[in-house]
Amino acid sequence: MASVQWHARVRKYGAELQRCQLEATPVEQGDYHPLKPIIVTDSRSRRGGRKGSTSSSSSSSSSVAMDPLSSMMEGTDPLSLFAAASASEVPTLSHSSSSVELGRKQRENEDEVGADFEPWSAKRGEILSRFTTTEKLSINLFMGSEKNKASSPSSAVSEKVRTRLEELDDLEEGSQRELLNLSQQDYVKRIEELNQSLKEAWASDQKVKALKIVIQCSKLLSDTSVIQFYPSKFVLITDILDTFGRLVYERIWSMCSDPRPQPDSFSVEDVNDTAKETCLNWFFKIASIRELIPRLYVEAAILKCNRFLNKTGIQETLPRLTAMIRGIGDPLVAVYARAYLCRVGMEVAPHLKDSLNKNFFDLLASFRQIHSDTVQNQLVIQRVEIPVYLTLYSPAIHWILQCVAYRAPDVLLTEMMERCKKLGNNALLLNSVMWAFRPEFVAARATDFIGMIKDCDEAGFPKHLLFGSLGRSLACADPAESERLPILNEAWKVITKVRSPQDYINCAEIWVEFTCRHFTKREVNTVLADIIKHMTPDRAFEDAYPQLQSVMKKILTYFHNFSVLFSMEKFLPFMDMFQKDSVRVEVCKSIMEVFIKHQQELTRDPVILNALLHVCKTMHDSVNALTVEDEKRSLALLINGFIRMVSFGRDFEQQLSFCVEARATFCNLETVIIQLIHTVNQLAMETKRVMGGNHSRKTAAFVRACAAYSFITIPSLTSIFSRLHLYLLSGQVALANQCLSQADAFLKAAVSILPEVPRTISVEGKQRSSEAFLLDFINSFLSTLLVVPDHPEQGVLYLVRGLLNMVQDYTWEDNSDAKVRVYISALPLLAAMSQENYLYTIPKVDSNETLYGGDPKFVAEISRLCETLIGQVLDHLKTLGREEGVRRQGSIAFALFSVLLAHGDLRNNKLNQLAVNLWNLSHKNGYCDTRTSVRTLEHIKQQAQQPELSHLSDMLLRLSLQSRA
Amino acid sequence: CFVYVDLRLRKHIYEVLAGVVVITSKEAVQHQGISLTMEGLVNLQLSSKSVGVFEAFYNSVKPIQLINSNIEVAKPGKVPGGKTEIPFEFPLQVKGNKVLYETYHGVFVNIQVLICRLEDTVFLTFTFTASIKMHPFPHFRCRNSLAKFLVRGHLDATNCVITQPLTGELVVESSEVAIKSIELQLVRVETCGCAEGYARDATEIQNIQIAEGDVCHGLPIPIYMVFPRLFTCPTLETTNFKVEFEMNVVIVLHDDHLITENFPLKLCRV
Repeated sequence: MASVQWHARVRKYGAELQRCQLEATPVEQGDYHPLKPIIVTDSRSRRGGRKGSTSSSSSSSSSVAMDPLSSMMEGTDPLSLFAAASASEVPTLSHSSSSVELGRKQRENEDEVGADFEPWSAKRGEILSRFTTTEKLSINLFMGSEKNKASSPSSAVSEKVRTRLEELDDLEEGSQRELLNLSQQDYVKRIEELNQSLKEAWASDQKVKALKIVIQCSKLLSDTSVIQFYPSKFVLITDILDTFGRLVYERIWSMCSDPRPQPDSFSVEDVNDTAKETCLNWFFKIASIRELIPRLYVEAAILKCNRFLNKTGIQETLPRLTAMIRGIGDPLVAVYARAYLCRVGMEVAPHLKDSLNKNFFDLLASFRQIHSDTVQNQLVIQRVEIPVYLTLYSPAIHWILQCVAYRAPDVLLTEMMERCKKLGNNALLLNSVMWAFRPEFVAARATDFIGMIKDCDEAGFPKHLLFGSLGRSLACADPAESERLPILNEAWKVITKVRSPQDYINCAEIWVEFTCRHFTKREVNTVLADIIKHMTPDRAFEDAYPQLQSVMKKILTYFHNFSVLFSMEKFLPFMDMFQKDSVRVEVCKSIMEVFIKHQQELTRDPVILNALLHVCKTMHDSVNALTVEDEKRSLALLINGFIRMVSFGRDFEQQLSFCVEARATFCNLETVIIQLIHTVNQLAMETKRVMGGNHSRKTAAFVRACAAYSFITIPSLTSIFSRLHLYLLSGQVALANQCLSQADAFLKAAVSILPEVPRTISVEGKQRSSEAFLLDFINSFLSTLLVVPDHPEQGVLYLVRGLLNMVQDYTWEDNSDAKVRVYISALPLLAAMSQENYLYTIPKVDSNETLYGGDPKFVAEISRLCETLIGQVLDHLKTLGREEGVRRQGSIAFALFSVLLAHGDLRNNKLNQLAVNLWNLSHKNGYCDTRTSVRTLEHIKQQAQQPELSHLSDMLLRLSLQSRA
Repeated sequence: CFVYVDLRLRKHIYEVLAGVVVITSKEAVQHQGISLTMEGLVNLQLSSKSVGVFEAFYNSVKPIQLINSNIEVAKPGKVPGGKTEIPFEFPLQVKGNKVLYETYHGVFVNIQVLICRLEDTVFLTFTFTASIKMHPFPHFRCRNSLAKFLVRGHLDATNCVITQPLTGELVVESSEVAIKSIELQLVRVETCGCAEGYARDATEIQNIQIAEGDVCHGLPIPIYMVFPRLFTCPTLETTNFKVEFEMNVVIVLHDDHLITENFPLKLCRV
């Protein structure tokens, strides 16, 4: 095809804009307009029925807009009804959940356990992690005859032989095992295995085996060797018991579901005889268990099944089981048995509070057992000290008291407290009382409690734990204002005397919350100083990072004002105690998170800046070759948040020097560098805004410095697209600030790195073709080029030519039309450049429009360039025709047609002919979108109505829609 | 050709025993009549401990027959193929002036009521009623010359209803030696009379621990025991044999010394 002469259409942008604009008509009073404030006037009274809905009429009165939805709801929607209900309710919250569940309460039946009761499952993990041992454990399981263990040592030989034989018989079901020398992990694993084999035995209908497993497991609870592990053992084994209880209950329940399933609230009459008989059988079997502890635990486990037998079963069984526990001599075993019974009781029949109370009173009655000779001897043998031994009781007593105190009247609590007071050595009980009773109750008597704690025996229950429990309560509920300072003083007097750093910090950590909550930075500072004093010797802080972190978290929760925070003398020394890198970074992150969340205003406070720069530097310095991407991203996000909050107001130079410093500090985090470049660009634009567009000599130098900053920073980035976009952006900023040579340099740099763009880039961890990103960038680059004036020492349009040359030399993907698409999109730019007045310009920057003033030579140069481009496109179209690329051919042809239509002067016959040919080519194979074609034709028709485009109507006749052949 | 014969009991109240005979076969079967025999027996065996193995073997007392009756449920004829159900009903009439006892399996005394159908045997349980008033039992004390101790307590009743648990209370007031365990031992005593005199034997049938370890002094510990259904029956006293029950409260001290206190019980069924 012969080369085509290019004639750009002459555009009158102003006129076109005016033609396209919609007519503005003023809105009259009363006219409808969607954006006008609407008032819904309700014709009915508010209390009326729902029927008849709302007859709403919009009126344009200028009063506040009302939500039409709320007017539909008669003012009281169901959600706010709930809210109103819960607000009116008297708060009766149990201890530990109160901080979490506050305000989430619903009106509930007195008899049921509400969401405010902290369930056992919440305690499990804590107990398991707290009571551990390094000593060797053993499991004794005799799955054979029940009486094996009962046989006294003096029994006849034949008896022994007999039991051996029985054991052999049973061996196939994995019967008798004695596992010695188990580590704690092994022990836990074994117990879990037993839990599994219980489920398996049950599933395979071996009910007797299941029962045996449960009995043997609960027997383990009578063994108090390795006593410091006992609470954890209790947790593990009661899990098995719970499983068993559930299995039995479900089985019997499914038996009475025949023929139709029973509702959960079935009554005894609905239970059929088979189910009753089975249930009774279970109880008979359990009643014949020889040993006390398994009998007790297993019966408690299936307590719920009493529902199948009679109405009063549970209420008769609970007191009996409670009394049965008196037979347990070992106080620790007994107290945990009580805890289990309370736990089952709370679950099955929370309304039976009497047995809960009875459990507690029985506990008090047998409290002296703890100090009995038997126990003392055992402790000597096991080499366990009394304070450690006493802490083993805490979880169980906590639990019992929590059950007792749940929604209990103050009178009862006071009575219980008085009873505890009367006992000697009551620190253990006191501790649980503070732990389990309502924080409000404890807080109101805080001074009393401190007195009682002081009176406690030094050798018994550790005092720091007592103060810890008191602190926990005071963290949730506030004592009277006048008592606060004395309380803190008294408490801290004891805490500061705790010798073991670990005990000290555990306690101090709790009291920090109370201090932060009620006092100022002065007191908190004192507390921090004390913590530093205790934790520094022998690098004790190394073992206390979690607690120290928690201290930091609490301080950050209450102090959001960072200038106050950093003006605390001891805050930074406190931070210095976090010397392990990972912990240090964690702490820094938490500080930054709080800063970003709560810092409302931009800041230039040197104290904050210095401290936070230090914090951010710590975070940044933790980045190394092994840091994962996500971690880098989150760190960068925090640092960026900080950079954005820094502002020196009008002192732009200081801001820039801050950015220089930050660049040096955060050089390893690319995202931060990018942020810094954006900040500097923004700074330049801000300067321009302040100067009203007219730079003085000083500000001009300043914005050039900004440009220089960006120019030397961008090359350090590794991401090619970040570099490209930043070059372009910085170029635009430089141009806007009349820094022509800088803008030129930016754009040239962008063009020069184009060949470096790889064919694939990694997007969210996946390799993607970079083509689409590159095309996007080039298009945006092209639109900038319109306003960039030619360099006086270079040839005409040298940037455009440079770009196109790069595009030509770039190794595009095989079978890609990207190059041609770039050529096609360059055409509108060239057409726009040949106009007399440009579509857009930058104030105070002379673009080519003024430089050349529509010089015919310039226009001819443009036309020549266009012709080359069109020639290239046409050549490409030809190659496509030869190959299997007809679909692509059609779409490129159509794209070129559109460009010709919009930007070419179609009065020229040759161009006109070319356009028609392209149209036909694009429709030749029927691959083009008919809807687009139809719309294009309509557009042409519309355009043709304008006098200067009337020639289009002739062309329209030659464009035909071809249906798919 | 196989014939399956099954016997299903519908009810066994005190006067009658009723049920159906179910015959299942593929084809019709010819038979010489179907009849059922019911027999109630008390088997007494002398203990080898009391009289020696040989005497025990030879001198086992003749079974005492309590009941024996025979009914014909079908005349000779043909049973059609498929499933045939023939109902029957036995009157429970005791021979002479004898009494019908509950089914009971002891070591030396066996009471059974059998229904014989061809060579199969079916065991049935009967319930037998009598009403007995309950009496409170006085406190008991235990003393040991080796170590001083005092245990108080009471049983709510020694005349017990077999379906109700045995209850009571026990308080360890003081004990010089630590207590290891407190157990309730239920013992059955069977007595058989025969030509040479009588044999008496005691067997432990249940042992329930009510306290483990050194229990808290001064705090009452509950005594509670459910009677095992298989091994107990109402206390029996006949001319030929006796079945009686006793309970021992056994206190095991830490030095393995045993202290026991015996309580005869009278069980009955209401």
